[in-house]
Amino acid sequence: MNKQGFLKKGYVAVILVLMYVPILIVIIYSFNTSRLSSAWSGFSLRWYGELFRDRALFNALRNSLVLSLSSSSLAAIIGTLGAVGTERTADARSLRARTGKILEYLSLLPIMIPEIILGMVLLVFFSLLALPLGMFTLIIAHTCFCIPYVYMVVKARLAGLDKSYVEAAKDLGAGDWRAFYDITLPLILPAIVSGMLIAFAMSFDDVIVSVFVTGPDTNTLPIRIFSQIKTGVTPKTNALCTLLFAATVILCLASAALGKSRSNNRGI
Amino acid sequence: MSRTGSLRRSFLPRLSPALPLYLFTLVFVLGPLVYMLALSFMHREGAWGVAAEFTLRNYQRIGIPEFAGTFVQSILLSLISTVMVIILGYPFGYFMARLDKRWRSRVMLLLIIPFWTSSLMRLYGWIIMFRANGPLDILLMGLHITREPMRLLYSYPAVVTGMIYALLPFMIYPVYASAEKLDRELVEAARDLGASPIRAFLTVSLPLTMPGLFSGVVLTFVPSMGLFFIADILGGNKVVLVGNLIHEQLMKAHDWPFAAALSVVLMVMTSIFIYLYRRLSRTLGGSGELEGLV
Repeated sequence: MNKQGFLKKGYVAVILVLMYVPILIVIIYSFNTSRLSSAWSGFSLRWYGELFRDRALFNALRNSLVLSLSSSSLAAIIGTLGAVGTERTADARSLRARTGKILEYLSLLPIMIPEIILGMVLLVFFSLLALPLGMFTLIIAHTCFCIPYVYMVVKARLAGLDKSYVEAAKDLGAGDWRAFYDITLPLILPAIVSGMLIAFAMSFDDVIVSVFVTGPDTNTLPIRIFSQIKTGVTPKTNALCTLLFAATVILCLASAALGKSRSNNRGI
Repeated sequence: MSRTGSLRRSFLPRLSPALPLYLFTLVFVLGPLVYMLALSFMHREGAWGVAAEFTLRNYQRIGIPEFAGTFVQSILLSLISTVMVIILGYPFGYFMARLDKRWRSRVMLLLIIPFWTSSLMRLYGWIIMFRANGPLDILLMGLHITREPMRLLYSYPAVVTGMIYALLPFMIYPVYASAEKLDRELVEAARDLGASPIRAFLTVSLPLTMPGLFSGVVLTFVPSMGLFFIADILGGNKVVLVGNLIHEQLMKAHDWPFAAALSVVLMVMTSIFIYLYRRLSRTLGGSGELEGLV
């Protein structure tokens, strides 16, 4: 048993190490003096300096933040309302409930189909409507695939909720809206936040959908990194990635610490 | 829900809170999908235009060897990646579920960090690694395993590595989710009744974690067909997938109807795959829903 346990832990450890190897490589090479990033020629911080002088990059970062914040917030509102609304008709067999089921399935499609299809259909649709491509189309497209994450997390939380709280509130004379605001909303708030966080991360990292629906003047960070990788990289990209990684680690540690302090809430 | 309340109100049309979701779905999901389907039966006119006359030409074009071959190559690459992801990811999820609680949450955190790290950064690490005379070559030549640079960048193995790497978490999470729910006493009962560890695994653990495994297969196979940027970055232009083809037809050739037809075929293939998953999952007693997605 002990030897077996050791093997299992060893396997988990090896895979974890392999997952971090490419990340570590990028971090190490971000401190490389040389412009040609395949050869190591000494430690330097010069690329970080150049990074901070790159205005286009900061524009891209700002665009990315605006995009991810707006689409995950929109998704939080639409997705939460959707989950609450469909929860009521969950067991009903009426025509309305069935239409609801079909619409529910359709609204989850954006993350069930390959991302490239979502990007493609939205591009042709926006051009049919003659909407100019840019931040607005990016926000709509990202909201499309952000909604399902919020919806699913909130719906799972609602399913596990004790209905008697809401019934008690109604017996005491609260209306639908009041019962939702005072009882349901506080109880599902952790789920909304965690769904929104996942949506934010997905949106912040998205390349595929963005490539299709972005305009010529609206760069996001991933699009910029993508085109830099394709057209020949400066070590500035490594420095940028390293800073992004540091931010990710800090956020993950913070959310883990938060999770620990209210340990009865599940979910990533 | 109080019955009398809803009866009293049923004279007035009650607006469901789900209305924004339904509207958004109708306009920005169903609308575009229907338009894509219509577009796939039209044909191209001039350099950018589209003529609204019914034609099957786009679908016939997919049949010619050049494009059909791309589909075959895509499916093959997705299959290879998915099988590799099962081989590497299933044991990980399974073992992880059996660690003690403290280690489990540590491993979970260590998994979440790369998952939340920019996927481009992680791919970019592989580019540096695979470059001629890059870290991998230095390591292998230093250990005298190879004599000269391997020229792995822009090759098929590089693309497969990138796919496996990008998709692995999508297998680990669902397997872990279902392995965590697995009742250990059932496995112990099998062992007490004389089953060998391998037999106990094959007859008890494996069938009970099947829902997670299937869910992982859907979550890796479906997106793998559209990950054009991995083939782009790590494969140069040597590996062309359906995703690359659609991207190229849309952005470079500007043949939107043909791109739409390609997408319809891809969409039908994925839908069949998801349908089969639901059927299989239900016959095995599952819910048909994807497990461990969030």
